[in-house]
Amino acid sequence: MWKRDEAVKPAGPGTPATPAAPAQHQAQASAPAQPDSRRQQMMERDVVNIGKSVVIKGELNGSEDLTVEGHVEGKIELRDHVLTIGPNGKIKAQVFAKAVIVLGEVNGNVTASEKVDIRDGGSVDGDIVSPRVAIAEGAHFRGTVDMQRKGGQPQAQGQGGQRPPQQQQQQQQPANTPPQPAAAHH
Amino acid sequence: MPSLSLSDLFSRKRKDEGDAPEGGADSPVHPTKALSKFLSSLSTRQQPLLLDLGPVVGTNVTFFGEELGCKILVENVFKDIDRHISEGKLEELPAFLAKRFSQEAGSVDGILCWDIFDYLDWKAAQALARELVRILRPDGAVLAQFSTTESKVAGPPTYTKYVVVDRQTLQYRPYPAARGRQRPLVNRDIQRMFEPARITESFLLKNNLREVLFRKPAEPGSQRPRGDDGGPASPESPSDEGGPTSSD
Repeated sequence: MWKRDEAVKPAGPGTPATPAAPAQHQAQASAPAQPDSRRQQMMERDVVNIGKSVVIKGELNGSEDLTVEGHVEGKIELRDHVLTIGPNGKIKAQVFAKAVIVLGEVNGNVTASEKVDIRDGGSVDGDIVSPRVAIAEGAHFRGTVDMQRKGGQPQAQGQGGQRPPQQQQQQQQPANTPPQPAAAHH
Repeated sequence: MPSLSLSDLFSRKRKDEGDAPEGGADSPVHPTKALSKFLSSLSTRQQPLLLDLGPVVGTNVTFFGEELGCKILVENVFKDIDRHISEGKLEELPAFLAKRFSQEAGSVDGILCWDIFDYLDWKAAQALARELVRILRPDGAVLAQFSTTESKVAGPPTYTKYVVVDRQTLQYRPYPAARGRQRPLVNRDIQRMFEPARITESFLLKNNLREVLFRKPAEPGSQRPRGDDGGPASPESPSDEGGPTSSD
């Protein structure tokens, strides 16, 4: 049912966001040139791919990164891993993951301990709870965003602990720079 | 085969550039005076609930989330206008807006209206304002912008997406709209529309937009921590009545 696709590998927890198919081609093409250590590293970061034709109803738990191109209804729980909803993916579920990248459709609440990233063309109807949220131009979102502050991290609070605007912009930049043309808009 | 001179090629290039869609990252930026006041008014709240009536803008979500640690609710009312126009049901818009929000009364801490009222008829504007005041928490704040001049823009109508650059700066990104700006509202109508909320700050910008910050009076007996906005002023004396106090 699941296709273990070892070629689809995010570069790291923070940058796992390529759709399954193009990444696969690139990885396969460059595979022979990979040094052993790199290959080993990639082997460790397996990504499971749920294909377009797969429909899952129920609860989905896992301890690996997961890319969904099919349909899932129910609940998805990948507490320590990255969930990518591919462009063909349709989710009607509560989602819990470390990071969630949305290129397809999600109908349900999304909770991520690190980041939610809705890419251009991605759609979320539901509430998001995550310390970092990036919504690209061209993405659809309807619901609430709850960006819980991390306990130990100093955050700007009103006038008091405010950072200079430039610094804020720089710090926001990684969360707000999905791969999109600069002029892209609704 | 038709011959093309270099000037033809360059003029064609210029024409193509002119056809490029408006509103990219190079859209103009304008100062905002009311945004920092709005943020200050909410900064004393513990995880305030913020309602944004504009289209979803990722950078704004991040900005308000980081500045206020708030919960943000995005309800794009501009889409509602477009839908009513496309369905030919514009006369039903006031009734729709009167029931638009499912939130409980007094549950929202801050509301970002942007310039939505410029695109509404008087009845629809009244209905929306009443509903916003209903869901606004006592001592909550509303930020809105009102055009002070008739729209003279030639070509297809546009809405504006306001992208927060920082506390003092907004980027204006136009995007296609189903209708243009309506007749500008006069100050007294704006005040009445939001009663019992009061205008606490009002800034007339050089681009003829009036930024207005409303506050709903705190419940009797409750103590409100004073921010740098100094608390509600009387509706008869907003800070710039009688002339612009700020400009870009």
